[in-house]
Amino acid sequence: MSYKLEAENINVHYGSNHVIKNVSMKLQPNTVTAFIGPSGCGKSTFLRCLNRMNDYIDLFHLDGKIKVDGKNIYDKKVRVEELRKQIGMVFQKPNPFPKSIYENVVYGLRIQGINKKSILDETVERSLQQAALWEEVKDDLKKSALQLSGGQQQRLCIARTLATNPTVLLMDEPASALDPISTSKVEELIHDLKKDLTIIIVTHNMQQAARVSDTTAFFYLGDLVEMDATKVMFTNPRETQTQNYITGRFG
Amino acid sequence: MSEVNWNRIKDRSFKYFGIGCTVFGLSVLVVFLLSIIIQGVARIDWDFITSMPSRFAEKAGILPALIGTLWILVLTAAISIPIGVASGVYLEEYGKKNRFAKFLEINIANLAGVPSIIYGLLGLEIFGRIMAMGGSILAGSCTLALLILPVVIVSTREAIKAVPDTLRQASYGLGASKWQTLSRQVIPASAGGIVTGIILAISRAIGETAPLIVVGALVFVPFVPSGPMDQFTVLPIQIFNWVSRPEKEFGVNAAAAIIILLLVTFVMNGIALYLRNRWQKKIKW
Repeated sequence: MSYKLEAENINVHYGSNHVIKNVSMKLQPNTVTAFIGPSGCGKSTFLRCLNRMNDYIDLFHLDGKIKVDGKNIYDKKVRVEELRKQIGMVFQKPNPFPKSIYENVVYGLRIQGINKKSILDETVERSLQQAALWEEVKDDLKKSALQLSGGQQQRLCIARTLATNPTVLLMDEPASALDPISTSKVEELIHDLKKDLTIIIVTHNMQQAARVSDTTAFFYLGDLVEMDATKVMFTNPRETQTQNYITGRFG
Repeated sequence: MSEVNWNRIKDRSFKYFGIGCTVFGLSVLVVFLLSIIIQGVARIDWDFITSMPSRFAEKAGILPALIGTLWILVLTAAISIPIGVASGVYLEEYGKKNRFAKFLEINIANLAGVPSIIYGLLGLEIFGRIMAMGGSILAGSCTLALLILPVVIVSTREAIKAVPDTLRQASYGLGASKWQTLSRQVIPASAGGIVTGIILAISRAIGETAPLIVVGALVFVPFVPSGPMDQFTVLPIQIFNWVSRPEKEFGVNAAAAIIILLLVTFVMNGIALYLRNRWQKKIKW
């Protein structure tokens, strides 16, 4: 069995702060993995290691290996811009560019120097359809993305990420700023996208983790406490810490 | 007296104190403007704008000074904008945030407070003598560009700092390089603030007198400068020249020239406001 993503003995320091402690995990392709844990447990930091979004932070230091399709992404030969096209990211707060819907979606292509209209048009339709936003905005692609509702903005951000054809999608609490209806739309989307992508989602919402994920990983104070099939984690976890967190006794 | 009443009195008295201060500041400005306008506005006509200076007050005009001011304005902008904006972007986006950067930051802010005549002396030595530009428009512009660089740098940094980090993250996340992120997202998003800072800085530059006198701007220029290496004068120097004369008629000329200089400054500030509103309306976070 080949894994889509393997992390081996990852340690992260911010200066003298040891924020990720010897975390290893293996993820199979076309699965959804949920990272849960109380605030400050390192789950977002770990997520950001997977597409090297922490590179620009001063004092950030990582040891260990993260392999995507068997290749170490922290290898010197890897160009981080290429990597991020392959490993897309959706953020906590919808963060569309102050541009039109169309320009938001094609941004990832334009920065690669792709400006041919037929390709761009095609990508816009495909990505918006994948993100379940096409029907709502297809007559209004020139409208500013900032005029969309929060839920629509978040789906636009997902579409924008899908435009560069990533194989892994990282989502950092993608629904925490959304209302329940928009949240369920995003969750449905995660279900649909699973057939093409490997998805990792950070969430504070236990029900959400239970609903969308195949595998759940529980982080606490920089340690990966437990990782197992979601069903097992929520019904019969090995560790009492996991049990306490999932049942809401702390966190 | 109860605590609540006391607080209300404090609240109200501060409000009236604030109103008093505002009225005082504004009325001084209004009195100044009125007295200048009453003195000078009748003197302004097409001849006044298009005539050479003269030792006869009624024949004297401001053409060389006005053209000189416009030359200085354009050249100073051309020199200070690229250098200042690029430095601001570098310091904010590329420079490491260590102790040296703090030191640099404090010193750039301090440079903005150095008296302008010091810049004049620096310009005289470096541009006038060492680089042999003499008392030319170019030497004057270089000097003024130095003078306003700190302001341009600081306002560029402030404008860039105001761009939310989520925007950068979004761009990086899609595989954009640092330069692409800057040129396609960060700089356009901060353009309103950057442009406002530049225009306010340049408005200050065209009102400067002392550094230009030191660099070697002339007081009496009976020709229109035609290139950056020409000798020149500017409106503030012309005004200074006129008010220092004993004849009353020259005082009227000075008032008229002040009105023209104020108009140039107001137009610049108007453009700054317009640009800022236009760009800020487009971008809401």
